Amino acid sequence: MSMVGTRVIRKEDPNLITGRGLFTDDVSIMGTTIMAFVRSTEAHADIVSVDLAEARALPGVLVVITVDDLETQELPGAFMRTVLAKDRVRFVGEPIAVVVAEDRYIAADAVELVQVTYRPLPLVITPVEALAVGAPLVQEALGTNVCFEVPWPQEQIDQVDRAFEAAPRQASTTFHSQRVHPVPMEPSAILADWGPDKLTVWASTQMPHGLRNCLSSFLGVPQHQCRVIQPDVGGGFGAKVQQYPELFLAPILSKRLGRPVKYVQTRTECFAIMCSGRDQHHEIDVAFDDDGHILGLRSLIHADLGAYPDLPNSFGMPTLTNWMSSGCYKIPAIVAGYKCVLTNKTPQSAYRGAGRPEASFLAERVVDLIADETGIDPAEVRLRNFIPTDEFPYKVPHAEVYYDSGNYPLSLHEALRLCDYENLKVERDRRNADASEKLMGIGFSTWVEIAAFGPRGALEGFGHIGSYESAQVKIQPDGTAIIATGASPHGQGTHTTLAMIAADELHMSIDNITVRSGDTDTTPQGVGTMGSRTAAIAGEATKQASIKVFQNACKIAAHMLEANPDDLECVDGLFQVKGVPSKTIPWSQVGWAGLSPTLLPDDIPAGCLESTVFAEPTGFTYPAGAYVCVVGIDRDTGHVEVEKFYSVDDCGTVINPLLAEGQVQGGIIQGIAQALFEEMVWDSAGQPLTTTLMDYLAPAASDVPSIIDGRTNTPTPHNSLGAKGIGESGTIGSTPAVVNAVVNALAQYGVKNIAMPISPQRVWRILNQAQGA
Amino acid sequence: MQREVTISVNGATRTDTVEPRLLLVHYLREQRRLTGTHIGCDTSNCGACTVLIDGLSAKSCTVLAVQADGHEVSTIEGLAGSDGSFHPVQEGFRQCHGLQCGYCTPGMIMASVGILADNPHPSESEIRMGLEGNICRCTGYQKIVEAVQWAAAHPQPQPAGQGG
Repeated sequence: MSMVGTRVIRKEDPNLITGRGLFTDDVSIMGTTIMAFVRSTEAHADIVSVDLAEARALPGVLVVITVDDLETQELPGAFMRTVLAKDRVRFVGEPIAVVVAEDRYIAADAVELVQVTYRPLPLVITPVEALAVGAPLVQEALGTNVCFEVPWPQEQIDQVDRAFEAAPRQASTTFHSQRVHPVPMEPSAILADWGPDKLTVWASTQMPHGLRNCLSSFLGVPQHQCRVIQPDVGGGFGAKVQQYPELFLAPILSKRLGRPVKYVQTRTECFAIMCSGRDQHHEIDVAFDDDGHILGLRSLIHADLGAYPDLPNSFGMPTLTNWMSSGCYKIPAIVAGYKCVLTNKTPQSAYRGAGRPEASFLAERVVDLIADETGIDPAEVRLRNFIPTDEFPYKVPHAEVYYDSGNYPLSLHEALRLCDYENLKVERDRRNADASEKLMGIGFSTWVEIAAFGPRGALEGFGHIGSYESAQVKIQPDGTAIIATGASPHGQGTHTTLAMIAADELHMSIDNITVRSGDTDTTPQGVGTMGSRTAAIAGEATKQASIKVFQNACKIAAHMLEANPDDLECVDGLFQVKGVPSKTIPWSQVGWAGLSPTLLPDDIPAGCLESTVFAEPTGFTYPAGAYVCVVGIDRDTGHVEVEKFYSVDDCGTVINPLLAEGQVQGGIIQGIAQALFEEMVWDSAGQPLTTTLMDYLAPAASDVPSIIDGRTNTPTPHNSLGAKGIGESGTIGSTPAVVNAVVNALAQYGVKNIAMPISPQRVWRILNQAQGA
Repeated sequence: MQREVTISVNGATRTDTVEPRLLLVHYLREQRRLTGTHIGCDTSNCGACTVLIDGLSAKSCTVLAVQADGHEVSTIEGLAGSDGSFHPVQEGFRQCHGLQCGYCTPGMIMASVGILADNPHPSESEIRMGLEGNICRCTGYQKIVEAVQWAAAHPQPQPAGQGG
């Protein structure tokens, strides 16, 4: 029986449910010291002086340094940033000095003893402020706060202008996909041990190989003497692909002290200095006809990247938004461009979805706007505009983006069936007419995203060495298998997923397969786990490597059975001539023979039961789906409750439905949280107001609903599994469904748009004004 | 200034010298070397450090080691049977995919043990309210709720399964 497609419980779990997981802070080496940061309390200021004397004199403190003590000062992978602040600070939290002490309590005491004197400077917090004439400059040397720009191409402008001139109707809107924080439950953590012959780093990262390569070049240590180990990682969500100061300072200070150096970020620090996501301001014009057909789209984005963009991810986010700005709709003319703006805030970068949640928000809000303007049902407007199923591969009009496959009407019809849309509408109208009931709204999101990064050249532009993923399958002498992969999972269940794929191809019990990842010394070069790429690419690498190994295993077994390899099959780990179960050779004998030359046929070399494959997909994949959100709104308090949430995902082939559900449910809750709860807030002085989990509303179990799952299956042609990837889908698709539902519920009050997060206060104001009017 | 404390952890009683300001979670992790109890925030919101003190669930980042003097602390490491059998809540999390990255999991499991001790058959909303002091960023909570329901339906310890 095939494992792929079945609900297999995870190989990862026994350690994690017994407290035997090993996260970076759990790693203990004799003599480990603790590093801590002195961080800026000003959003924009010249550093007048830094007095380290008292901190250095504290017993138990080993070293305290500033940027002046560093040989190489420029932070890799960041825009105009030094490892520690040099002369000037540009956001609250920016590291100024670093302390290493015998324990974390002494380190914290020493941080308090460092005296920094500032000369405050005028600052900018929003793109509007940053783009104003005479605005204070975040980087004076740049001469502007616009650090990167993709203007509208003239050809597209002309084409879209003609579409608008010919269109019977048009509408405009703006929105802000607010700054939200990934909030991995484990903040940043690193342990560096630089011995005489080798640097070993344990880090809470999403890409150990990328970090190793970067550390090696920054520190001038050859890669064979630079080992990065990714132990268990407590979530990443895109925020652990960046090059943070601590990743370089811990090794430098370990070398200086001759002792291991550990840094474990506090939650408050995590909010202040770990990259956070979104923060795009959109200006949208749309042209359409009386039947709701979309005829043209203009999109201009101002991306607020904070003080130090993460290169090149920060610049890449709005590119992905632009690529996907037509959603799953056939729009004949599109012009899209963006400006990246510097502000005195925490750096912005990837957060689960990374540019595509903003695109789905754009497309899904625009379709609802057209539904509202034309009076046509939002589901019907979607059906009228979907890219026809027979037009794949489909090229969007404004970019070299080719959707691989899709069946958008199928997903929407399935969602309509699942939610019983006709009855829902009756219930909504009844409740909204009855003042004793909560208001009710129904919202759709028929989204599409871009995943499985990527084909050759796709990630090289993002600073990666390649766009492939790797897997090495090695049969052990007892006939069991170890798979080493360059993918670097941190909660996705990849060890289980890859073992399932290998089990099918090797015809071996999954219990006899172990997957290893996250060690640059023992796994093949990999890119890492991000961009919904692992099932599609590492899965393909595992499959192809397993197929090669199995072909050689058949040759060995055939030799032993004195049969033709083509006549063999393997049933439950036993090789036999097809249909002849009376004489079998178990995997254990084949594995032994594979490493025993005297048992091998002449043309088969020892070690033939080992294969490494770097899978390069032939294109991006485009997972899609249809979500329906039902909200109830308390008429007195404005509190929004998601009463029902229906999801129909289409990620192509599903390897493990249990794990796919987990990815979708977790992703949807993160997207709901952006719609209703979460926002990073800075005051006008640049002080962050949301630096704890008291102030930043990451939802708890009592705040969110259960998801009613559905599924359609449109495989991708870009890998032999047909898998498109599912890691980010839920987050990308869910946010606009919630906002559309709230706007739907409030339509009777003339509401056409509402800012996120949709707090009770925002809704209450609308209801209160409506009642007062 | 140092203080002497005698604390039972998972049935093993030990006397240690600690600073009065030492948090129980740091005592457990660094002096008792029990690193299954995690730290996810500075404000007692996330619940990753949840343990049982005298059988009641508590956030060990909100308790000083000196306050635990003379008390019995249970951590995730003490939950499985000595024969390797999983506690029903552990097995429920495994069966229902109630964990992804696993960082919040020890706290979630200990909090769930606390819930079931109070209420062996909680409803979905009672489970969600009972876990509101524990944050998970991966699962969206749905499968955690199912895991607790699974444990409620299977109250006997589960034989050790195939490891990873």
